[in-house]
Amino acid sequence: MASVTLTGAQKRFGNVTVISGVDLQIADGEFVVFVGPSGCGKSTLLRMIAGLEDFSGGSLQIGGKHMEDVMASKRGVAMVFQSYALYPHMTVARNIGFALETNGMPRAEIARKTREVAELLKIGKLLDRKPRELSGGQRQRVAIGRALVRSPDVFLFDEPLSNLDADLRTEMRAEIARLHKELGVTMIYVTHDQVEAMTLADRIVVLREGRIEQVGTPAELYAHPANEFVASFIGSPRMNFAAAADVPGRGMGGAVKLGVRPEAILLSSSGLAATLERVEDLGHEQLIYVRLENGRLWTLRAAKDADVPQPGAPIFLDWPDAATYGFDAAGRAVQRSAA
Amino acid sequence: MSRVLARRERRAAWLFLAPAIVVLLLVAAWPLSKTFYLSLTDANFGNPDQYGFVGLRNYADVLDDRLWWKSLSNTLFFTVASVGIETVLGIAIALLLNQAIPGRGMLRASILIPWAIPVVVSAKIWEWMLHDQFGVINAVLIHLGVIERGLAWMAEPGLALWVIVFVDVWITTPFMVLLILAGLQMISKEVLEAAYVDGVPAWRRFISITLPLLRPSIGVAVLFRTLDALRMFDLSYVLGGNSQKTMTVSIYARNQLVSFQQMGLGSAASTWVFFLVALAAILLIGLLKLHKPAEG
Repeated sequence: MASVTLTGAQKRFGNVTVISGVDLQIADGEFVVFVGPSGCGKSTLLRMIAGLEDFSGGSLQIGGKHMEDVMASKRGVAMVFQSYALYPHMTVARNIGFALETNGMPRAEIARKTREVAELLKIGKLLDRKPRELSGGQRQRVAIGRALVRSPDVFLFDEPLSNLDADLRTEMRAEIARLHKELGVTMIYVTHDQVEAMTLADRIVVLREGRIEQVGTPAELYAHPANEFVASFIGSPRMNFAAAADVPGRGMGGAVKLGVRPEAILLSSSGLAATLERVEDLGHEQLIYVRLENGRLWTLRAAKDADVPQPGAPIFLDWPDAATYGFDAAGRAVQRSAA
Repeated sequence: MSRVLARRERRAAWLFLAPAIVVLLLVAAWPLSKTFYLSLTDANFGNPDQYGFVGLRNYADVLDDRLWWKSLSNTLFFTVASVGIETVLGIAIALLLNQAIPGRGMLRASILIPWAIPVVVSAKIWEWMLHDQFGVINAVLIHLGVIERGLAWMAEPGLALWVIVFVDVWITTPFMVLLILAGLQMISKEVLEAAYVDGVPAWRRFISITLPLLRPSIGVAVLFRTLDALRMFDLSYVLGGNSQKTMTVSIYARNQLVSFQQMGLGSAASTWVFFLVALAAILLIGLLKLHKPAEG
């Protein structure tokens, strides 16, 4: 187990800067999720920690030791890939034990460790199969097992669930959370799925264009986004935005743009005027899409049995003042003045 | 699917296959059966309409001929040596070209040039380069002090066959490289990265991961090349003519048929060549497990 510290980490491919000066401290045993839109550099940052990409600048410490110039295999990290990257010609058992085998561990020891890990991941019965005979979820378990068996100090996950269907994704999410709890090992997890980020992370790192936008617990990021980008990225459906001038009476000092989360908005007899466009009944709740007078589309959430007007009906939106987020011209969050 | 639809699909399938079947019957089955038929006779090129059946005597006569066995050993030596060297070189060059090196596209295109030249032309080029008096190879070797006098490459008993192997390697290694490179590019980069992060040493990644995953590509390449090499004619014929040092089984069969006008004996020799190639194909497909699906 080990802490991970990035200081001024940089990555350039030719003239293109992919990671520009990332500073981050990850505590021993922490579960940190890198999240951001595609091309934000989150996978590159993970691969730099893994040793698959070298640093163009800055440094990496794992367990207090400088690692940026150390071979991947000596960093004490193990990685789980999006494609699982299993050895297609080897059995599950050999996939898991292969790294130990090449390190010269005795056969009996390898077999014991392999079985131990397989039991932990509930793939004990699959040890003689080849990867092509496994389902996506099973392959993912083998990939995790292969990482686990080496007892790494730091676990790296690169979008491990994005090739799974929704049901399996939920199941494997719980599985990874359980592993983290049982092993207490440092985990760094890359995803573009904010639900995965919110549910798994001790802390979330939101990245955009190679820079950190905000670091915080899921609750902090949801309640106090540092800027418009984080506000729009965390939360589903995403936050509604409008120019402050278009929402009379709800402005905040210094804010040129306002944001309101869908779950804060109520249908009311007075307030911001809008036209109801479409209702999506999800069974457990309803999503209501409304068109503001300035043409913007907003989303609202309503209880499954709420009485919702017909499409085309004029409606009014209201929300508590405390639910208004303000952003300045640069997109930074404006503090609500204690009034 | 309903029975009517199934029947209609089956009929369509036969319709689509028909042209290929007709062509195969015309260009493969017919000549082959004709050759086999002639191999059982004492037909002569001079008077091909008058012949009598001699049973399997031609086959026995071929096996009784010392020259046949010499050609066979030449052919097998050529096949093993050239395909072996081409495979090793092919893998090495393909690995090199698979790296992100500058000018990779150019290299990939230019490496194909030897393969694109007709074999007879290549053979003639090399014949001149290897000429004992005027050849550039001898000139360079003499200049470097490796040899004192020009070597008559194709006349040296120990060298002639190696020269043919060498020129074949020059001509067909690009083909190997191309097939193996295609196989290399099918291997997931992440699989090798996973092994790298897990501390598997480079040589072990090559032996235990890259090579097994390349097996189908290498297998197909080796199969193609072996079958080609076993019936090789042009290269040896241009460089060595009828020299016994470099005679292959194809040249042997051609000589019986054309030079000695013995249609029956020549056809029997051709049929032996056919059996040889067929046997090699069956053995290789089994040995390289080419009938099994590729992994991954």
